[in-house]
Formats: sequence, structure tokens, C-alpha cells
Amino acid sequence: MTRAISLTINGKHYEHDVEPRLLLIHYLREVAGLTGSHMGCETSLCGACTVELDGKAIKSCTMFAVQANGANIVTIEGLASPEGKLHPMQEAFWNEHALQCGFCTPGMIMVSKQIVERNPSPTDTEIREGLDGNICRCTGYQHIVNAVRTAAKAGA
Amino acid sequence: MATTVTNIEKLVGKRIRRKEDPRLITGTATYVEDIKLPGMHHAVIVRSPHGAANIKGVDISKAAALPGVAAVFTGADITGVGSVVCGADLPGLRKPVHHILAQSRVYYVGHPVAVVVATDRYIAADGADLVEVDYEVTQAVTDPEKALAEGAPAVHPEWPDNKAFVFLQKGGDMEKAFADAEVVVKQRITSQRLVPNAMETRGVVADWLQAEHSLTLFTSTQIPHLARTILAGQLGIDENRVRVVAPEVGGGFGSKLNVYAEEALMGFISRKIGKPVKWIESRRENFLVTIHGRGHVDYFEIAAKRDGTILGLKLKLIQDLGAYHQLLTPAIPTLSVLMMPGLYNFRNIDAEVIGTFTNCVPTDAYRGAGRPEATHGIERMVDLLAAELNMDPAVIRFKNFVQPDQFPFPTATGLNYDSGDYGATLQKALDTIGYDDLRKQQAAARLEGRLMGIGISTYGELCAFGPSPATPAGGWESATVRVEPSGKVTIHTGTSPHGQGQETSFAQLAADELGVSMDDIVVLHGDTSVIPYGIGTFGSRNTAVGGPALFYALQDIKEKVKKFGKMLLKSENVVFENGKCTCQVSGKEVTFQTIAGAAYRAMQLPPDTDPGLVATKFWEPSNFAFPFGAHIIVSEVDRETGQIEIKRYVAVDDIGNQLNPLLVEGQVHGGAAQGLGQALWEHGIYDDNGQLMTGEFMDYAMPRASMMPWVECSHTTTPSPVNPLGVKGVGEAGTIGSTPAMVNSVMDALMPLGIRHLDMPLTPEKVWKAINGAA
Ligand code: FES
Ligand code: FES
Repeated sequence: MTRAISLTINGKHYEHDVEPRLLLIHYLREVAGLTGSHMGCETSLCGACTVELDGKAIKSCTMFAVQANGANIVTIEGLASPEGKLHPMQEAFWNEHALQCGFCTPGMIMVSKQIVERNPSPTDTEIREGLDGNICRCTGYQHIVNAVRTAAKAGA
Repeated sequence: MATTVTNIEKLVGKRIRRKEDPRLITGTATYVEDIKLPGMHHAVIVRSPHGAANIKGVDISKAAALPGVAAVFTGADITGVGSVVCGADLPGLRKPVHHILAQSRVYYVGHPVAVVVATDRYIAADGADLVEVDYEVTQAVTDPEKALAEGAPAVHPEWPDNKAFVFLQKGGDMEKAFADAEVVVKQRITSQRLVPNAMETRGVVADWLQAEHSLTLFTSTQIPHLARTILAGQLGIDENRVRVVAPEVGGGFGSKLNVYAEEALMGFISRKIGKPVKWIESRRENFLVTIHGRGHVDYFEIAAKRDGTILGLKLKLIQDLGAYHQLLTPAIPTLSVLMMPGLYNFRNIDAEVIGTFTNCVPTDAYRGAGRPEATHGIERMVDLLAAELNMDPAVIRFKNFVQPDQFPFPTATGLNYDSGDYGATLQKALDTIGYDDLRKQQAAARLEGRLMGIGISTYGELCAFGPSPATPAGGWESATVRVEPSGKVTIHTGTSPHGQGQETSFAQLAADELGVSMDDIVVLHGDTSVIPYGIGTFGSRNTAVGGPALFYALQDIKEKVKKFGKMLLKSENVVFENGKCTCQVSGKEVTFQTIAGAAYRAMQLPPDTDPGLVATKFWEPSNFAFPFGAHIIVSEVDRETGQIEIKRYVAVDDIGNQLNPLLVEGQVHGGAAQGLGQALWEHGIYDDNGQLMTGEFMDYAMPRASMMPWVECSHTTTPSPVNPLGVKGVGEAGTIGSTPAMVNSVMDALMPLGIRHLDMPLTPEKVWKAINGAA
């Protein structure tokens, strides 16, 4: 049994018949072929799968693809301009060495973008609280905090 | 002995952002899970829910009948595949046969029993649910001290005492040390089981090509070449027909310094079904079946004079090995023993290590691997001794440090510390944090009844593994520099970086040496079909062993470039600098790029010189490198809640010369987070039946952004004499230094209450109970 869904991802229209039990993260990765969002825990506790759905950062491992029917989704692949110009948050992560293995990074960048969108001049404490749903095992977070702060200052 | 590079003023030493990042920040990197091959099937593994049980039967019929299921295998189906390899050896070591699927018995929760292969991962999971295993549950034992007790259940029935080995190490004259002692302090100290939790779980894609009799295996590993050798042996395939690729690897921390059952299993399955097969570990599986770290119960006794002079250290170390040996399991506690003396001058040690089987997943190398446990032990003992003698913890450390004029310093455990100035590092940390003033603030806080603590740890580390005779695999590393005809440079390193940043730091080194732009350099790694044999990434060895291999390969290239330069400039008087050969007489120049072209076009060749411009070097260090440092943490404990607040964290690390200080800081920060995780939050807890009670991120407290303090990083620089770059290695330093600084800080805070020692993790509950006298 499948259901038809149609949605927009990174400005592009997608239509598929999917099983109702298919997780959104698997839809994005395996059906739409966008493997930038990662699966780190499948229990909504690590944030590696974070994408933006109708303007809100969400954990795509805890949502079914059918629930995203009609939604407008932005993934990490959709942040840079088509010409390849990086989003200021991507640029800040690069400049501040806010990643090591890079596995948590797409989710971190998506949530960081949201932190600054909600609060254009966050304190370090606010940044840390905003990052708390996302785990990074490599960086100890300090450079991520630096990246979000500098991106906010630059008006990301 | 090699001399130290002096041209450090160029790109080396600069804070340069990483070359590897563009693909990672745009979501276009390829991790194992991102790999899709035509006809690829998916595997899901059926695992034991019991810590110890006999398998009475496995019924796969329902699973096999499920549409989409291609095959189901149980232990009985696995023929012609070798067991999981343990590369460590110790005298009298008992090695249980570690089949890739359980045969008649399961030994820990998560033990693989069967595997379901299907066209789709959801169907494979459905199939796994339909496999019926009939277990006869037996009594498990998960606590290593209980496992050693009389009458404990035997993990492996053939060895009822549960002892895998007893390893002794003695140095100096312990009897005399204890006879001369004016004070002896004893303490039982544990280093709890930790779950490494790389954010990318493990994963394998295996692709057997029948016509070639060859296997390609994409796997999330730190050691692609060693994995190839081992897997070729296990699967009975010629080594040169096995290609192992470590694509983008999402963290390892030692947990991927291993060759696991699933890697051989996927190779076996792909060959059986004639299709590529993918297995991606779930987070739950990662908790249950990927190696854990630490797992010590240590009994320490330290002997000293009343003036604080340490005379000797005794240790009985009970290592929780788990049910099996993974690649290096039994070797890890022996590293603890080697580092027992820490940075101190005493010459008498006596250690007994009892490797103990339990019905838990094996322990093995986790960031620091044996050295954090040792450092935590000695640093706690030094603090306990200082408290006993009513001495300042900084003063007792200065008094006992190995002094700068004592290097190379032979330790009682047979190591030879390479270089250091331990006092300078501690002094810098004390000055940075304002130690004397802090002690005054603390005195005032105590008068107010506030629990403020200042914790010092001065750690030493043995890393940059290492000379080959001292390591279970080779201790060398390889590098190839391939200058292309256009003058672009491709570097192959035998290390397998997965976040450490050698695509950048090695490019910095090569750019300086060859005088080319970093943009013209590509660093490749992790594919055994492309890269000459290498040992891999662990033990803080990428820069300290892989770096020198690259440095010497670059010197060979420079020699050859100069020969071509002389020929083209028709002069003997030629220097190669800043990317060109210059005739010292005429001033005429020829660029590196022109020379590269000439070397391949080969219209004319210098005497005794072959065409082409490629050099490969295998380099072996003469000794380990020994980074060190001083970490100080100021904390305050809330009497009402037991909550710990970290007020300040100062880290002064000496890792020798630095190729890229930005990346060095990243390593220190990440290491500190893992070390604080051990001190305060993380604990892999098994119940008596073998269930991992903290087997999800919901229950296992990973450090998160708001839990971490700001880490104030700085350095002293004592170049290592054991390699030409003067580097020491930084991958593990933060993890090793942070844990005892944190625990010492909290114990210092609790000292007015007469609380002497608490075991990690220092959860609010534990601290609150201690404060309220209930611990
Ligand atoms: S994978 Fe979605 S939160 Fe971890
Ligand atoms: S960079 Fe590796 S988990 Fe964050």
C-alpha cells in the first residue's frame, strides 16, 4: 500500500508514491537522493537529520514522508546558491573550523541558521541552548558556538 | 637523529581553514550510507536479547518466506570464514573463538545470531522480526569484580575463573620504596565503561565480483589497509583482490580501529548472493555491539615521604574485557600500566593487570586507550597524597616532576620520555588562571559555606604509535608524493584521517616544501587500491608518524627536481626554492611546473635519473612521542542539588610544533568534551542480566553544547626530537588531561565535608548523596 505525496525540496517539485511508514529522512536520502542529511540516532535525540520544513528546523527521522505531503523543505543541499555561493552560516562553519568529521554538520548548520533567524544577536548561552538538540562528538562545540556568533554578527 | 624543520614560518604553523570542508558543509560528502550500487541488497542482523544463553534453535522459515527477502543466514550457514581477529598478544592469553555469527551460545546482549538480506532495508527489518530464536537463558556476569569472585558464572565455560590473562609489570624496588615510605595512601578508583558514539555509526557495503574473484568493501574504518589484510584472511580471498575503501568517515575515536564481525559477514553475503549488500548499524546497535572504552577497577597504593616525594606506586588493575577480544582488547590495559608513572620522577612501580571476561560487549581502544585511565589514577592519587600531607596540589607536582635536564628520561615502566618541561606548562596554566588568587577566593567561599573547587591535572601521554616492535601492527607510516605533468601535486597518505584535517595540514607541509599553492595539492587516503599500504589513524599518529613519512617523500621529490633544474639550466649551481630552480650564477629560473612537465616528457634526462616525478617513503619512528600538559578546572558544587558548575577551564598543552593551530584547538576542545563526559555524565551501565541500561542517547548522557564550559587553550612548545617535524600528536591530549582535572576540582570542592573520593561519573545524584552522607 502506498500513498501519493507531492512536496517541494530546495525549490524543486517532487512527486512519489511512498509507503506510509517511510520516514522523511529515508525519503530525502533514498528516494529524492539528497544524502546530505544524516541519520545519527533515528530517535530524535541527535539532530543529524535536521532539515527545514515550512520554515522550521525539524528532525526528519521522527516524521513520516506522508506527513510532509505539501510541505516546503530545505535541506543542507539547498543552502548554497545555484552558482555555488555558500550561505553565510556555511561560510562561518568553514572559517571557524566548526566541524571535524562533518557528520553532524548538515544538521548543525540547519539548526544554527534557525537560531540566528529567531534571534539575530544571540548570546553564547542562547547559542548553546539552541544547539542542545544536536550532538557533535568531535568538536566540543566551542568552534560551532564561534561560527554561529560570527555568522550572527555578519547578519546571516 | 633528524633535525627539526626550521622553515616553519610559511604555511605550516598558520591557522588555515580546511580543504576538506566544502564537501562537508554542502552535504555532498560520501559516507558509507550514501553509497548505492546497482542491485544492492540490505542486511539487518538478528541479535541476542540475552547476556548469556544457549541457542536451542533458530527458525528462519517465516523470515525466508517474506516477499523481498533474498536470504537468511544463521551461524550454521557460515562456513569457510575465519573468526574475528585479535591482534594483541600477551603471555598465556586466552583467546575465545569469536565467530562472526553465534554458533550454539550467545555471550552478550547484541551478539549476532542471524542476518536477513532483502531488497529493501524496511523489508530486511521486517524479516529480522520474523526470525524466531529459542534461547535457554543462563546466568550472566557483567561486573568484573563479581566475575572474579568464587563461584561466579563462567562467561566461557572452558575458563571458569573468567581470567583471560594476568599481566605483571615491575620496575625498581617496590619493597624498599614501601619500607622507606613515611606515608602510604590507598584508593580504589574506577574508570567506568564509556560508549564511543561516533556520530556516524558503523556501516559496510560489500560488492563481490565473481568474474574477478574480487571483493570491494566500503567500510567506516580507521584502518583500511589492516582491515583488508585481516578480511582477506578471514574470507580466504587473495589480498590483492580485496579493495577496502574508507570513504568519508563520521568519527571513530578508536571504535573504528577494529575489524568487526559485520565486515566479514557482508563480504560473505555478497559472495553468496552475488549482489552488493549494505549494512548500516543503528544507533541502538552501535551502543550494544561496537566496542566500549575504559572499564577499569583499579586499586592504587602510593608511597611517599612526608615532604611529598613520591617513592612508588602499586596498582592492581581489573580490566573488564567483555565477552571477547576485539582487535586490541587485551593490549589496552597494558598501555595504562606503561603510563602509570605519569610525569613524575619515582622509579618504583608494581602492577598486576587481571583481564576479566564479562557478558558485555568487548572493550577496546577509545580515545586515549588506557592512558586516560592511568592518568586519572595517578592524578587522583597525587591529589589524595597532597591532601593527606596537607600540601598544595601544585606544589607536590612541581616537587615530583621529571626535570628538563633529565630527558630522554627512562621510566620505571621501560619507556623513554622524549622531551619536556613539565614545570613550565603547569606554571603557565597556574598563571593563566590566577591560581594564588583563586585559592584566596576559595578560602573566602568556604567561609561562606560555598563549595568551590580547583582541580589540577598534569598529564603525560604516550602516542604517535610508534616503533614497530612496540606495537601490535607496524608502527611506521607511508606517504607518496605524485607530481603530475602539470605540476599539480597528489599526496597519498597511509593514515586514514576522518576529521583530523590532514587533507589540509599535509597540504600545508607540502606547499611549503615544494613552493606550490595549497590549491594545487590534493591529499588522498583510505582506498587500498590507490594508496600504498599504511597503518591508519589512531594513537595521535597521523601528524607525528604520517607527517614525517610525507616530509621525507617531499625531500626525495626536491632532490629529483633539483637534478632536472640543473639539467635545464645547464648549471651545477642551482637552488630549489619557492617553487622554482634558480641558477645562482646566471639568475635564470625554471619553475616547478616546467620541471614536472620535463620529467614526464623525458626528452632529456639528468644522469642516472628515471622519468617521472613520484616518491614513496615508509618511515618508522625510533620512539613514541610524549605530549604533556596541565589542565585546571574551577568548579562550584551546589550543596542543595549536587549540581556541578564549571566556572573556568584552562588547558595548556605541549604537543611540540604545530602544523595548524586552528586544527589543534579543535582536537583539544573535542578531547576535553569527551574527557568531561567521562568525569561528569557518561556511563555504560549493564545490569546483572547483561542488559545495557544506558543504551540510547535518551539514557546515555552525551555532552551537549550547553553542558560544555568555554575551554581556554594555550600551549608551550617543546619539539619532539624523534621526528623531523618536532611534532608530538594531539588527538588524545584533551581527553586525557580533562578528566582528572574535573574530578580533582569537584573533590577539592567537597574536601571541607570530609569527602575523599567519588567514582565517575560525578552525577548530581552521586554528589548529593555524598554531601548528605548517604553515599
Ligand atoms: S537521526 Fe534524527 S535526531 Fe538523530
Ligand atoms: S564534526 Fe564529527 S560529529 Fe560533529
